[in-house]
Amino acid sequence: MSAFQSDAGGFASKTLSIRVFGVGGAGGNAVTRLLLNPPGDAKLTVLNTDSQALAACPVPDKHSLGAADMRGLGAGGDPGMGQAAAESDEERLKEMCAGADLIFIVAGLGGGTGTGASPVLARIAREAGALVLAVVTLPFDCEGSRRRKQALLGLEHLKAEADGVICLPNQKVFKLIDENTSLVDTFEFTNELIADGVRGIWRLVTQTGLINIDFADLRSALKGRHAESFFATAEATGPQRAKEIIEKIMSSPLLEGGEMLTGAQSVLVSIMGGSDLSMAEVNRIMEQVNRHAEGAHLILGAAIDAHYNQRLSVTLVASRFQVEAPESPGTIESHRSVAADAPEMETHFLKRNESVQHTQRFVAPPPELSAEKTQELLQARGMTGGGRRRKSANSFQQQLPLEIVSKGRFEKSEPTLHKGEDLDVPTYIRRGILLN
Amino acid sequence: MFDSANIIVGLEIGTSKVCAAVGELNENGALSVIGIGQSKSRGVRKGEITDATAAEEDIRNAIVEAEQMADVEIRSVYLGVTGSHMRGFNNHGVHPVVSADREINEDDVQDVVRNAKAVNLPAENYVVHAIRQHFTIDGQRGIQNPVGMLGARVEIDVHVVHGNLNRIRNSIRTVKGLQLEVEEVVFGGLASSLAVLNNTQKELGALVIDFGAGTTEYVVYSNGVVKHTGVLAVGGDHISNDLAYGLKLPLGRAEQLKLEHGGASMDEALRGKSIALTNEVGLPARNVNCDHLRRIMSLRIEETLQLIDQDLARQGLHEYLRAGVIICGGGARIPGIQDMAERVFQMPVMLGQACSINGLSDALKQAEFATTIGLVKFGSLQHKSKAGKGGLLTGIKETIGSLMPGRRG
Ligand SMILES: Nc1nc2c(ncn2[C@@H]2O[C@H](COP(=O)(O)OP(=O)(O)OP(=O)(O)O)[C@@H](O)[C@H]2O)c(=O)[nH]1
Ligand SMILES: Nc1ncnc2c1ncn2[C@@H]1O[C@H](COP(=O)(O)OP(=O)(O)OP(=O)(O)O)[C@@H](O)[C@H]1O
Ligand SMILES: [Mg+2]
Ligand SMILES: [Mg+2]
Repeated sequence: MSAFQSDAGGFASKTLSIRVFGVGGAGGNAVTRLLLNPPGDAKLTVLNTDSQALAACPVPDKHSLGAADMRGLGAGGDPGMGQAAAESDEERLKEMCAGADLIFIVAGLGGGTGTGASPVLARIAREAGALVLAVVTLPFDCEGSRRRKQALLGLEHLKAEADGVICLPNQKVFKLIDENTSLVDTFEFTNELIADGVRGIWRLVTQTGLINIDFADLRSALKGRHAESFFATAEATGPQRAKEIIEKIMSSPLLEGGEMLTGAQSVLVSIMGGSDLSMAEVNRIMEQVNRHAEGAHLILGAAIDAHYNQRLSVTLVASRFQVEAPESPGTIESHRSVAADAPEMETHFLKRNESVQHTQRFVAPPPELSAEKTQELLQARGMTGGGRRRKSANSFQQQLPLEIVSKGRFEKSEPTLHKGEDLDVPTYIRRGILLN
Repeated sequence: MFDSANIIVGLEIGTSKVCAAVGELNENGALSVIGIGQSKSRGVRKGEITDATAAEEDIRNAIVEAEQMADVEIRSVYLGVTGSHMRGFNNHGVHPVVSADREINEDDVQDVVRNAKAVNLPAENYVVHAIRQHFTIDGQRGIQNPVGMLGARVEIDVHVVHGNLNRIRNSIRTVKGLQLEVEEVVFGGLASSLAVLNNTQKELGALVIDFGAGTTEYVVYSNGVVKHTGVLAVGGDHISNDLAYGLKLPLGRAEQLKLEHGGASMDEALRGKSIALTNEVGLPARNVNCDHLRRIMSLRIEETLQLIDQDLARQGLHEYLRAGVIICGGGARIPGIQDMAERVFQMPVMLGQACSINGLSDALKQAEFATTIGLVKFGSLQHKSKAGKGGLLTGIKETIGSLMPGRRG
């Protein structure tokens, strides 16, 4: 039974076919970064409507989009044109996607090409049978509200087509670096982050090591979920590295200081270390992630790379699914006598707003609450480190349901973890099966 | 009253029930079960005690009931232990034969077993069993009993089952709190396998799955010996909890629904049907969709069996299971679990009955008594090996006292 925790046996993931597409100027730049330190045998491709930008791009496999209609002049910031360009090249894109298991689409949202073409490419990739993950940036605040709106609209389209969209708001990246960094350097920094994210996920599904993730696991966790994800990555060395790395991740503005974890339904963790990486360190990291992302489905991969001597690197992707839960747990009224015979289920909904999608969490049915209990719970939450979101910029703030995630019967026992997956969470939820 | 030296009691502190069985060895060494006691278990989760006060009371009730039925006073028990902390692996021991004539004696055997048992485990771990597989003498493999044979080097393969010391002590402490002695702790899955398998099945190779309420244990035999053991902290409670969550019912209702309408597969007769639930005054409250009920259940059961199947595949054990799979524990009662398991394991599956003890009444053959009956069986084997007949397990027995420093007596 030792094999339940770790498995050194080779998993034949090396045969996975992975493609990375960079779409538009930003996408091309990020894939160029990736080229410097490419993830294994993933195939890198750049697509753009702008032939000048393409010519300057050092990635060998590059294709112009909509060359017939746009004469290689770019989409001029118009997503409609980006979309039309991709659609006119649909056959070619189909060929490129054929046979791939996992397709990454990398783009900067806000312009014309990335914003308009990425959703088309995502659809084609999905129809070709691949798991489609997009990694995109959102514009800086200073780029203006038109770009921003355009980007958000593009994000919606992309979410509808891709299995998962990992978002990197450029503005948040700004907080990671020195204020006086030039725009170009900031872009470069973001590009490196995107490359890290792609490498992290690639590693997660291809590398064998302490704990392997099956591509099938990733697929079943994300396929059809149209997740919106946020990610953070960190490195640390030295004896305290496990602790440090968690602190770094949790303080990442990309995860809103860990708050993005609190609401996540699924968290992917990819851990990479040298031969000195121990199971205890992996456990320490996972314990922390588990604490912050209570109730989320954790997917863990840990791998050893000899180059990582003393060094530890963690990539974490937190996702919220867009699919509505079968029924909202809050909509079922439970009558008192019934509630009374389920004393272990301490789940409480204090306020509920139907428009907020937090329904896929692992939450047991709500018993009725007394006023005192309500107060008690509010206070308890206050003591454990405050509300879910600090930023007043968030218009949901007043309406967000305060919920205590319950594991029902297993609340007080050690979670049953298998390869990083929490088996206490109902199987049908982990498999993404909808009841309707 | 009986001669207490021939009384063997098995105690399982299960997640859904506490169960004690009293066995009696007659002068010919034949074992019969003369009493059984049961209580609902309220202080156990996932096979481990979480509420000692409740557990103590439940154990007392089960013991008293067994005492009354068997008309004996119970002083000591063979205690079943389980939990996610328990692990099994195969280990090897080597020992040079020192006697001048190179004849292997009982001491050599003890020494080589001790070597095989001296595994490099963290201090917080405790080796519960080191089960003999076979001996090798001067390179010749597959020897069952080396005593009296000649050789310079004796080796042994054992299957080691270990667990967290403190968590095992926890059970022992609770039992001792009731003025009961613990003869030995026994891995629950091993006990179940002793109850449900006959010797032919052990020789041919078989997988025993004890699908309980809080844990699912499994044990693989081949060529008559234990090859592999495992525990998943998943069981019937998970099914109920999944249903409570998915159908939005309180846990008690979900459990009841599972027992009344549950099954491992979709039943054509139920497709599109719903079950009307009533409230406390018997008025219809709401309907539960049968498709959902069965879908949620079958996914969980299938996954649990698949996890075991995957583990066996990793260990390369499938080809050894010529007698197939035997399911026991309360989970064996789930309608359709046999078919489901045949699909997952791609081999014949049977539902287990405690068959290895003669003269058990049908009431005692029930699948959920496998562990308890197996504990009695285990105890009887230890008894016999003490009497010099040689048992399945290693002769070295650490006294339970050494497990409980400072709390002897
Ligand atoms: N991180 C990063 N973001 C960039 C980079 N270049 C542009 N962006 C961002 O991406 C958005 C879209 O810019 P581009 O990728 O140049 O636009 P495009 O998709 O090529 O579209 P058109 O130029 O209109 O054809 C911008 O609003 C910026 O926020 C870059 O190198 N790195
Ligand atoms: N007909 C049935 N359908 C579904 N589940 C059943 C049925 N009968 C019993 N069970 C389940 O079997 C479980 C009890 O099995 P068992 O008595 O083997 O467990 P236990 O020994 O108390 O627990 P454990 O060994 O895991 O600590 C309960 O979860 C019960 O709901
Ligand atoms: Mg451009
Ligand atoms: Mg049991």
